Amino acid sequence: MSLKKSPWLLHYDGSSCNGCDIEVLACLTPLYDAERFGVINTGNPRHADLLLLTGSINHQNEEVVRNLYAQMPEPKVVLAVGICATSGGVFADCYNVKGGADKVLPVDVYVPGCAARPEAIIDGIVRALGVLEQKRAAAEAKK
Amino acid sequence: MKTTIVPLGPQHPVLPEPLSFDLVLDNERVIDAVPSIGFIHRGLELLAPKRDFEEYVMIAERVCGICSFMHGMGYSSAVESVLALPVPRRARQLRVILAELSRVHSHLLWLGLAADAFGFENLFMQTWRLREEVLDMFEETTGGRVIFNIVKVGGMRKDIEDATLSRISSRLTAMKPQLKEITDIFLNDYTVKHRLSGLAVLPEAEARELGVVGPMLRASGVVSDQRLGNPMYEGLRWEAAVEKDGDCHARCRVRVKEIFQSIDIIAQAAGAMAADGIAAKIASAPNGEAFYRAEQPRGEAIYYVRGNGTRMLERFRLRTPTFANVPAVVKLLKGTELADVPTIILTIDPCISCMER
Ligand code: SF4
Repeated sequence: MSLKKSPWLLHYDGSSCNGCDIEVLACLTPLYDAERFGVINTGNPRHADLLLLTGSINHQNEEVVRNLYAQMPEPKVVLAVGICATSGGVFADCYNVKGGADKVLPVDVYVPGCAARPEAIIDGIVRALGVLEQKRAAAEAKK
Repeated sequence: MKTTIVPLGPQHPVLPEPLSFDLVLDNERVIDAVPSIGFIHRGLELLAPKRDFEEYVMIAERVCGICSFMHGMGYSSAVESVLALPVPRRARQLRVILAELSRVHSHLLWLGLAADAFGFENLFMQTWRLREEVLDMFEETTGGRVIFNIVKVGGMRKDIEDATLSRISSRLTAMKPQLKEITDIFLNDYTVKHRLSGLAVLPEAEARELGVVGPMLRASGVVSDQRLGNPMYEGLRWEAAVEKDGDCHARCRVRVKEIFQSIDIIAQAAGAMAADGIAAKIASAPNGEAFYRAEQPRGEAIYYVRGNGTRMLERFRLRTPTFANVPAVVKLLKGTELADVPTIILTIDPCISCMER
């Protein structure tokens, strides 16, 4: 239960225009304040339960994203924020863009929008908490 | 001498965007900094030959989510000069207003991030609280908070009523006391000064030599602002914000000055709106080349376009301010303490998605 009450979030910005990142940051600030759900933004993948990706996957950051995910402890949830992280968006045709986050990671929650609105991002985080709880319960049941 | 290499980034708590430096350290002292880039590179310049030149404005806006409006405007202005389009005065005034509003929001964003970088989280939160008010104004006039899609080749896609404009201008003026309260902390607070004053000094001669642009250049005492002499700003009274010291605190002071200055420019423009329509008609496709220089919040950006008479451009090239400022950062980092590195990187106001496009 404690996991659901205070999930820690790791944000990584893929190949994006920055718009969604700024909105993710805006979620933490007084007007939206995602921290009231117990979410804390951490820079350390070892501490994180949620991986929030903005922007698409390109040839350079693919390895970084895989690495970050591998370092997170189980159970973990991946959130793709913005249309870039979902499918590549307007940049899908760019030569350096491979596609959305699901090209390399199992994505649990998609948040559409270009840019995704803070309300939508918070909604996505809350949904991700549900998924996290399911995963935890499933792991518990296996024991 | 035994040195250590510490990687900073691409994923780092201080930088919302992936910028990566390999720092060569002797104990705590930085001896060298080697940047590596490409984590955000998309290659959107090469989309220009694949898209209709009018549609491409939407891609240009998505170069960067902070100066999205200015990128759309810069690209459109470059295409307009190839086409020799007479952009109506009202459209140009609307562009000035939205561009200056972007500057206010961008500088507030930067002040917040800088506060976060030197460990003043409360100040970060307060600055971003004020920034939300500016985003409200964007939402009211364009419908978007980050990406607006309001500028187009030839002018503007939609009009903003005069009444709305003057309401925005008075709302901004009413924000001034709150802004002053917050920016005074940046200007006068002991701790802030302690972290920023005398740090990473860039003398004027070096600033010129390294080709630095924007607030960073002005903080080293150079009067250079692409808005000076730009016909869009004709008839508006303002002067470039310049500081002499060239250190991190001077860069901060320049940006604080510009916030208030932009508010004044908006008030002037909103008070004298023309009524000659918002867009010129496009009759042909661009044939020839042109470039346009815009003063973005981070400095001068150059837009180059070349058309061949078809609906697709042959080439679009963009040189962004962060790209021009990175060599200076590499220089400034040498000889500083590891603990100051994030602050120094932030004082150039890096925008990686612009830099790498
Ligand atoms: S979804 Fe849109 S706003 Fe978000 S990063 Fe991509 S282009 Fe930028």
